[in-house]
Amino acid sequence: MIETAPEILFSRLEMMQVTASRRLTNEDICIVGIGEPSVACNLARLTHAPDIKLIYESGTLDTKPDILPLSIGDGVLCDNALTTVSLPEMFQYWLQAGRISVGFLGGAQIDRFANLNTSVIGSYHQPKVRLPGAGGAPEISTGCERVFIIMEMSSKKFVEKLDFRTTLGFGDGGNHRTELGIRTKGPLAVITDLCVLEPEAETNELVVVSLHPGVELEQVSDSCGWDVRFCHDLVKTPPPTDLELEVLRNLKARTETAHRGGNSK
Amino acid sequence: MEGFTHLIPFAAGHEIIRQEIKQLTLIRMTPDLIYDQLIGAGCAKKLIFSWGGNPGVGSLHRFRDAIEQGYPFPLEVEEHTHAGMAAAYQAGAANLPFAILRGYVGVDLPSVNSRIRWVCCPYTGETLATVPALRPDVAVIHAQRADRRGNVLIDGIVGIQKECAYASAKTLVTVEEIVEDLRPGCVNAVILPAWTISAISVVPGGARPSYARGYYDRSNAFYIEWDTISRDRHRFQEWMRENVLQPASNL
Repeated sequence: MIETAPEILFSRLEMMQVTASRRLTNEDICIVGIGEPSVACNLARLTHAPDIKLIYESGTLDTKPDILPLSIGDGVLCDNALTTVSLPEMFQYWLQAGRISVGFLGGAQIDRFANLNTSVIGSYHQPKVRLPGAGGAPEISTGCERVFIIMEMSSKKFVEKLDFRTTLGFGDGGNHRTELGIRTKGPLAVITDLCVLEPEAETNELVVVSLHPGVELEQVSDSCGWDVRFCHDLVKTPPPTDLELEVLRNLKARTETAHRGGNSK
Repeated sequence: MEGFTHLIPFAAGHEIIRQEIKQLTLIRMTPDLIYDQLIGAGCAKKLIFSWGGNPGVGSLHRFRDAIEQGYPFPLEVEEHTHAGMAAAYQAGAANLPFAILRGYVGVDLPSVNSRIRWVCCPYTGETLATVPALRPDVAVIHAQRADRRGNVLIDGIVGIQKECAYASAKTLVTVEEIVEDLRPGCVNAVILPAWTISAISVVPGGARPSYARGYYDRSNAFYIEWDTISRDRHRFQEWMRENVLQPASNL
């Protein structure tokens, strides 16, 4: 897991979280999912984007949790929020009305057009594995101006064909998303533990634009269920800085202590 | 039974299990541990929901076992998105037949849930999704407190409880305490007037291991532990016997 880069040791997971956090700006109003998105968004807030507005779908607006919440509705989110609104207000006045600039999503499966599956593995009516389902994701993906996806890369997750399309990315590719009447931009990047993928102009197929330090092309190809392409001017992702790593590790350590202690505050 | 990761009515759910009320159609945006327990105890016939996981931990194993293996009984599901379900409760509360939203576009849910349909806006021609109003027979919620006249206060993450209560034919509330004066604790307090409530029961700790803001915290440690308890059918039954079915050891 540990990579050797100039003088700094970090894990692939940390590389993914740091890279994702860099996509956020100080001006963003961001709806945050639990797990990796929550790590990336809070890391951004604690480093380069101190004024970013974080919103969790439980209705907490502009929240500044000192530890990472385990659930979307932990007390720590509400107590550190500007205010907390009801769910109809969250989904209608905020998400549907276009008042949120960035959505961060993850999933169990993703395809080449950045559509996501969080519903079932196998058939819908007789699933091999029943996953949690849609939650807020389908409307986050269409309601937010920009979407980022954060997922660890493996051929089980990056698949040729989804078992179920829970959340729309670029649909069947090309202009499909706009033809469906959706005016927001959709997924602008998929940040993984190996590389970053972005939709290619016109086809909207995900292509690798940046490789993380120490990762070979082959590793990415082997970890992707479709015949993934690499962009012509492929670059190397800048490694995490000392500051990013320190803030990230402190945040995780505080969180770990709090959750195991059974206290969400 | 509503409560979006806050004020989840666990004590009331446990009483349903003890009274062996079966064949229920359960409605809840986030089924959470309480519905995992009701499903595992064989109380549920159908589930209407929008996200069925253990938040931040993983699967609801009893919910999965019912859907994947039909154990202890097959579970019929009607699945929505959060936005769709929130709108459906709102339509129920407003006595409308259905809710309209910009949602479900380009995804597979409408192909497996025929109750998600479409209308054409009579003013702009835009195609919009519809979901039928939710009109439960009974809403069960947990609140921080009630006053002696029966007015109920909820604050913090207020979720969908107001809409759920007003959409339902009857509303049952468990509360942490009865007070002389509701003294709104937080600027976003929701007050449900006494005449909208069917019955109130005082159950201190009635939301544990979920939480009641201002009273006690969420037991994240228990939510993590539930993954192990619920994974195995026998371990689950043993836990239920010790912690739910024997009334003396109420959680």
